[in-house]
Amino acid sequence: MQRFAALLDRLTLTPARNAKLRLLADYFSDAPDPDRGHALAAITRDLELPGVKPAMLRALVAERTDPELFALSYDYVGDLAETVALIWEPAPGAGPPPDIRLGAVVARLSRLSRAEAPACIAAHLDALDAPARFALIKLVTGGLRVGVSARLAKQALAGWGGVEVTEIEEIWHGLAPPYAALFAWLEGRAPRPEPQAAALFRPVMLANPVEPGDLDRLAPADYAAEWKWDGIRVQVTAERGTRRLYSRSGDDISRAFPDLIEAMDFEGAIDGELLVMRAEAAPGSPERVGSFAELQQRLNRKTVSAALMARHPVFLRAYDLLAEGQEDLRRLPFTARRARLAALVTGLDPARFDLSAAVPFAAWDEVARLLAAPPHDAIEGVMLKRRDAPYVPGRPKGPWFKWKKDPHLIDAVLMYAQRGHGRRSSFYSDYTFGVWTAAGTLVPVGKAYFGFTDEELRRIDRFVRDNTVERFGPVRAVRAEPEAGLVLEIAFEGLQRSGRHKSGLAMRFPRIHRLRWDKPPREADRLETLERLLG
Amino acid sequence: MQPQDLLRPTPAGLYCPVGDFHIDPVRPVPRALVTHGHADHARPGHGAVLATRETLDIMGLRHGADHAGSTQAAGYGESLALGGVTVGFHPAGHVLGSAQIRVEAGGLRILVTGDYKRGPDPSCAPWEPVPADVLITEATFGLPVFRHPDPAAEIARLLASLAQFPERAHLVGVYALGKAQRLIALLRAAGYDRPIYIHGALARLCAYYESRGIALGPLESATVDRGTKGAFAGAVVLGPPSAFAAKWAQRFPDPLIAFASGWMQVRARARQRGVELPLVLSDHADWPGLTDTIAQLAPQEVWVTHGREEALVRWCGLAGIPARPLSLVGYEDEAE
Repeated sequence: MQRFAALLDRLTLTPARNAKLRLLADYFSDAPDPDRGHALAAITRDLELPGVKPAMLRALVAERTDPELFALSYDYVGDLAETVALIWEPAPGAGPPPDIRLGAVVARLSRLSRAEAPACIAAHLDALDAPARFALIKLVTGGLRVGVSARLAKQALAGWGGVEVTEIEEIWHGLAPPYAALFAWLEGRAPRPEPQAAALFRPVMLANPVEPGDLDRLAPADYAAEWKWDGIRVQVTAERGTRRLYSRSGDDISRAFPDLIEAMDFEGAIDGELLVMRAEAAPGSPERVGSFAELQQRLNRKTVSAALMARHPVFLRAYDLLAEGQEDLRRLPFTARRARLAALVTGLDPARFDLSAAVPFAAWDEVARLLAAPPHDAIEGVMLKRRDAPYVPGRPKGPWFKWKKDPHLIDAVLMYAQRGHGRRSSFYSDYTFGVWTAAGTLVPVGKAYFGFTDEELRRIDRFVRDNTVERFGPVRAVRAEPEAGLVLEIAFEGLQRSGRHKSGLAMRFPRIHRLRWDKPPREADRLETLERLLG
Repeated sequence: MQPQDLLRPTPAGLYCPVGDFHIDPVRPVPRALVTHGHADHARPGHGAVLATRETLDIMGLRHGADHAGSTQAAGYGESLALGGVTVGFHPAGHVLGSAQIRVEAGGLRILVTGDYKRGPDPSCAPWEPVPADVLITEATFGLPVFRHPDPAAEIARLLASLAQFPERAHLVGVYALGKAQRLIALLRAAGYDRPIYIHGALARLCAYYESRGIALGPLESATVDRGTKGAFAGAVVLGPPSAFAAKWAQRFPDPLIAFASGWMQVRARARQRGVELPLVLSDHADWPGLTDTIAQLAPQEVWVTHGREEALVRWCGLAGIPARPLSLVGYEDEAE
């Protein structure tokens, strides 16, 4: 438990991805089974423990601590779990706490009834030291919040075991905590566990962006084109009565989309784009596709209400067919898979499934012309797929390209800078920028922290230090006046309305495109320009 | 004699009307008794200063030899007559030269703890219990959430991180007086014998500790030109925390920011400062230390000075000991 607690404490304060990967890999090396498997499940949110309510913790601590001292402490610390972990008085006369194994804790807690929970939790808190108490409370109250996604944990496993992450993703949903077979395989002690369960996730194939010169050497006739839609890429699989909807990273998100699951009357696995439908428009018509902002209402939810499903129903625009019946189609060429997909989709509810239309073209500059005026707002670009390519997990270079519309560009003024983390911890590397309002003041419209070189970072850092007008902890406000300040050319993918920002706008994927040392801030863009983009 | 006739809070600090002196005054006064060398307790510009030899030396290093009109050194355990009162300096275990000050007159004993800690510290004399009728205690970590872990375990975490990230310079934030030397001494005690790199702001005080017989092992300046960035891979670099936000820190390879302070027990404090490796290492008494001391000395009355007075006063109330906050201003508990 101590080792697990130490891991959580390091992860939560470690910003750099590579450092997190190393912390995880070292833990998987050191910790024994089944502890490491339970730790993995806790991080990937696959650990099922009966929940403990904060009120119960408060009641437990109230039995031992003066309420006024507790209130003063909670007020100072600011986090209930941490306050309880720190203030908990071990039973008098107790020696140093023994190192109780995480596996034993999980085994005990998973069989816990509601009635025995308080006494059991109290006994565990007595037997653990403060960091382990904190870890325990996080485990039972749900949500470790250590800044590690399930995907990152799988990448750490893959790097540690010397396998491709897609190999782990492919079997992941057939495995259960504490993953003894997975660890045995990754340590070379056993063969790879065979996927047994139905409707498993199949690691997805991804495209590379078109770089200048990429297409010159390629024959247009070898490629098929289709629109790239601005929804979320998903995989729907139905096998032997099991139906699943996976995100592209392999998270099972079925429970949030029962409306689509219900319509999955097929056996196989379809790769496609999840989109919101505007039910008033006819299936297949361009107006049918809702905006990403509408789709976002349906994302990141565990469950969904009937009202929300009625307001924003979803459908799948099918891109590819990975399996049909028992047959794995991934080795077939794209054209063959696409023909099978077209046939399959005709048999499905047209309100919920349609086929991503082919975009005919004869030459690359024709694609460029199409991209300049796409027929729908929710189109982000064009996908180019080699007609003879199999479906290969990962991002192989060559078979698939994504050719995005040019991003939107605006000139904005640097307003605030915040120090970064890790390698950038002494540099001001996170920038809040704004545009001019009609009243002539700047209003923040976004934040960007990449898109510049190390040399440019040093120059901006120097600018920030030399032009600070106010400090708020790690944040500095910099000089931003019509005649003095730094103009940043910002590229972004789209805009949506947002009640959370003072400007009423939120940008998608903003990044720094160029530094405009040459441009006076008064020439930066105005809020009305952005509002026009919203339409 | 009533306690407040012997010592009373004033805007300049604790004042003894009978002996006509202040203790740790925050503004210039004719006669000052100083508990230890931290800047908020040991200020320049007094007429006369009475303190331990080490505290006087440290004040000289920091503020110049002419920091006071005159100085007098007090040895631990000696009794000195000042006006109508007797005063004594006793080890506080806080930093080198730190003292608790005992003030006695007419059969009444008041003990001013100054800043103190009870745990072992290889870089200064250990705290001693001093019986008193009135205890004036600090309360920097005066909340029951503060239970400082074993310092050796914190050092072990730093060494484990060095082994795990051997390509990263480990920048450890430490205050220049006390924490820096204690951390170095603890690292040496744990068997770490490589050179330790120190920021220029720590050099004079480290040299002074060495001159007083506290061995710190090989120390090297962390000031280099850009060409040798790689030399700091896997090195321990100590500096004042303020330096880590400055351009100074940009010379180190992929720095891992650590901070040695009692405040690091609270995760939000670590997060706010961008600390990746918090080391809970305090030179103040933690909650069990504060409350055990009160219970052990069993004073008739407790006055609580700077820190989280409210909780300690509450604890005294629950224990049936009369207590009140003094609310002295001018002492910064950030510098820990």
